[in-house]
Formats: sequence, structure tokens, C-alpha cells
Amino acid sequence: MNFLRETALIFRRQLGMSLRTPIWVVVGLAQPIMYLTFFGPLVERVLVQSDPGIGSTAAWQVFVPGLLVQLGLFSSLFVGFNVIADVRFGILERMRVTPVSRGALLVGRLLRDVVLVEVQSVILLLVAALAFGLRAPIGGVLLGLVLVGLLVAALTALSYAAGLITKNEDSFSPLLNFVVVPALLLSGVLLPMSLAPTWLDVISRLNPLRYILDGMRATFLGQYTSAALLGGGIAAVLLTAFAIAFGWTVFVRENN
Amino acid sequence: MSIIHARGLRRSFGRRGATVDAVRGIDLDVAEGEIVAFLGPNGAGKTTTLRMLTTLLRPTSGSATIAGADLLADPTQVRRRIGYVAQSGGTDPNTRVGAELELQGRLYGLSATAARSRAEQLCAQLDLAGLTDRYVRTLSGGQRRRLDIAFGLMHDPRLLFLDEPSVGLDPQSRSNLWSHIRRLRADNGTTIFLTTHYLDEADALCDRILVIDNGELVAQDSPDALKRRFATEVVTVEVAGDPEFARILLAEQVAVIESSVELDGTIRLTVTDGRRALPDLMRGLAAADLPLTSIQLARPTLDDVFLTLTGRSPRETA
Repeated sequence: MNFLRETALIFRRQLGMSLRTPIWVVVGLAQPIMYLTFFGPLVERVLVQSDPGIGSTAAWQVFVPGLLVQLGLFSSLFVGFNVIADVRFGILERMRVTPVSRGALLVGRLLRDVVLVEVQSVILLLVAALAFGLRAPIGGVLLGLVLVGLLVAALTALSYAAGLITKNEDSFSPLLNFVVVPALLLSGVLLPMSLAPTWLDVISRLNPLRYILDGMRATFLGQYTSAALLGGGIAAVLLTAFAIAFGWTVFVRENN
Repeated sequence: MSIIHARGLRRSFGRRGATVDAVRGIDLDVAEGEIVAFLGPNGAGKTTTLRMLTTLLRPTSGSATIAGADLLADPTQVRRRIGYVAQSGGTDPNTRVGAELELQGRLYGLSATAARSRAEQLCAQLDLAGLTDRYVRTLSGGQRRRLDIAFGLMHDPRLLFLDEPSVGLDPQSRSNLWSHIRRLRADNGTTIFLTTHYLDEADALCDRILVIDNGELVAQDSPDALKRRFATEVVTVEVAGDPEFARILLAEQVAVIESSVELDGTIRLTVTDGRRALPDLMRGLAAADLPLTSIQLARPTLDDVFLTLTGRSPRETA
């Protein structure tokens, strides 16, 4: 009970700080909306041409989940910078000498990030549906948002942990670059990996994001009983469990 | 029963295969209601010890009881009972004073109402009244430091740890901060354990000083006793007559350890307990019919104590 109360306190503090400058929530949407506008129509053509069986509706059902993963990835992996600032200002240490659960310091933070990305995702989906040709079953979209939430929880936990371990921007930045690019390219965010040559397809199967994305595409297509959705769900749950357990140990250990 | 009781606190850090001992087995006892300073140059192990005592760093070995709770077995209970104000403070410039204080109170388990009224009470007590709606970034250095202290006091702890409380403050804010620290003890009986590398701060505030160097306690006593023990006092005398004759005469006094005649003809005497030695010195000169022109007693500073104990001035490494 205490843990929930403390998590809620931290969550509210962090959310309050984000809402003080809501402009950044909108700016964070600029990238996926530009992809939607300037890249989406290309993908639609390519997909339709590569397989005439795919209609333009299906093309958007494949492309938009990729944008959601991309949004999740970019909003999440950079949060480690915030915790570096919190360490520098001594805020984290001030809270670590209170009796508050140190796990709550992590979970309260990552829940804030999950909520913000969910809000951004809904806006992105509305734009995709109203201005472009996205049509998808509502249940599938909701399931997709659950997968986005798990993805964000996992990636922010890892990013906070990495920020706390490195404790400075100069080490954290290169680490981030080292992770972001392969995570992005090997997930099939921009084009589905089914178009890839075999070797690339095989490598991409080492990336948990690929399974999550394939699962999201399946649910947007309404394939609720597909192996892809099952695989995506399992990957999302495992990744989140591992990431939070890892982040938790980093936040709790006494020798930071 | 002492409020801090530590035995053999030790902390080593592994660096590139080699082990560095930051703190090498420290025994500490602080009584309830004391103001104690940990004095030492930067890198002496002050902050490392403080971080161990406040549950932020696990000792490599040793044990401690802090405010009645066992440091290793029950760190959460220790956290409940102590306040800690880090050297870097702990405020986010982009938060509001009142809201952040209230959150701090709630992290200690206070209800929203109780936290709000405690925040107001502390703001009034620490001259921060009327600032609750301000952003932290708009506060002056002195206000910000007092806010840091307010964070450490939200749950009304019996024991407060202050790491380098007055670093970076202008002289006026420093003495203002000092009077607030004294008031804390006078009004609430709060025990205060602070670290500093400013000798005047330790001198002005503390009942007792623990001198730490290279991870070890090298001395502990009241500021005056430390000065008496580890630094000698110097008496400078001018006479209307032969200074060498006067020097020989004065050197016979028990209190005089060393004597010399300076180039300008003044006599320089190193003495113990100068305040009591002065009358004897003056009587001796009067008895020999040597008219005294001037006499001056220079009391030692903690700087001198420090130099004697560690072979360097605390500011050299600061």
C-alpha cells in the first residue's frame, strides 16, 4: 500500500513538471507526424506495389504501428537525461534519504512517461485516421496502445537505470546512440521486415522490438489469434519485466 | 545514550584493481543535543563518512546505531529519524518552493494537510515566509540554502546532518545561516552533525570538533581545548631597555617555551595558556624595573591547530 501511495506521489510530481511546459508534448509529436506526412505516402505506394494483394488501407495499418513504436522509442530512451539532472541537483539523493521505497522513485517516473506517450499516441492515431487513410478495429488499436505502454515502461526503466549508472551526459549520449540506431533499424519500424533479405530478417529476430511491432501490426489488422500477436505480447511482457527488475535493482542498491 | 554511536566504520572503493581506503575505521559518539563538526580538507573522508551515517553508502565494515536504529539492519528506520542536507542541496530550480516541500513531507508519510502546515511553519521559522509560490530558481543563494535545510527538517528529525552548509554563501548569509542552526538546537534540541572545511564555521558553531585526515580521526575536542592542546600562543613584548636582558629574564618563567628577539627589537615568546601567563610576565618585568612599552597576546586559530595536526592548512587542498 505504501508503495502505491509513494509511486502516486512521485508520479504526480513528475507529471506536474511535464505539464508545466506542455509544449514539449506537442513538439515530441512533430517527428512522427512528419514521418506520417512525408514518408507515409511513399510507404503506401511501395507496399501496394510490392504486393498488389495489400490495399492502401492495409498499408496504413502496417505503417502507423511502426510510427507508434518509433514514438515510444524516442520518447523513452532519452529520459535517462532527466535522471542525470536529478542526480546532479541532488534531488534523487534527497529522496533516497527519506523512508520512501526507492523502487517508487523509478516506477513513479516511468508511469509518467507511459501516460505522456499514450496521450501522444492517441493524437497521432487521430491525425492518421482523419488526415490519412488509417482504418483499424478499435479493439485492435486499444491492444496496440497496451503494447506501446509496456514498451515505454520497459525502455524508460532501462534508460533511467543507464542514466543512474553513467551519471553523466558524456557517457550516456554515446551509449544511447549505440542502442537507438540498431533498435530502430532492426525493428522494421519504417518498412516491415518481411521485405528484408533472409540474413537481415534473422538478425532482426534478436531485437525484441521487432516482435512487439509485428504484434501491433497484427492487432491493427484485426488478427487477434495470430502467432504474431502472441509473440508480441510475450516479448512485451518479458522485456518489461526484465527492464523493471533491472531498473529496480539499480535504484535500490545502496552504493550509488 | 548517544544519538550517533559508530564503531570501526570503514569504506574502501575499488579503482582499476587497486583498493582505495576513503575511511579507515572511524569510531564516533555524538550525544543528544550536541553540535558537532567534522573538520578536514577535501578528500579527507568527511562526505564518505556522512553518506555512510545517512544510509546512502554501505560501509565496507563497521557498525553504527543512529538515533536508536541499527544502520545496517534497519536503514529505513534510520531514514525516518534523521534529516540530511547534502552539499549540493537537492532542489530542482523548476519546482515551486511550497509544492516541493509539501511533497517532501508526504514522502515522510505526512498527510497533505499536515505537510502543508509543516511547510508553512518551517518557511516562517527559516525566513522563507511568502516564498511558497516562487520557483526555486528565483531564490537567492542564502534563501536556497535555508530551503535545503527546510527539506531536511520537514519530518522534525531529532538529528540533522549538514554537509558543508555554508559553501558558496556570502558572509552575511553565512552568519544568518549560523544563527538559524544555533536556533534549531536552542528551540528544538536538535542534534546537529555537520562537515566543514571552514575553521571559523566550526569555531563559531560547534561544541566539539572531530578532525579527520586521510580517512582517520586525528583529534576530537572542543574548539578551545583543541587550540590549547595543539597550538601555542605567542606573546609579543616591547620594553624601554635592553631587549636581550628582558628576554633572558622572561625566559625563566614557567609558561615560556621559546623566546627570541626579533630584528626590530621586540621580544617574541611562545607560551602555554597565555591569558594566565600575561600577569606573571608583566610582574617579572616590573620587578626588574624594565618599563613595558607594549604587550600583545595572539591567540591561536584553528588554522594553527590544523597545521599542527595534519601538516597543512585546510585551504591548501580546498
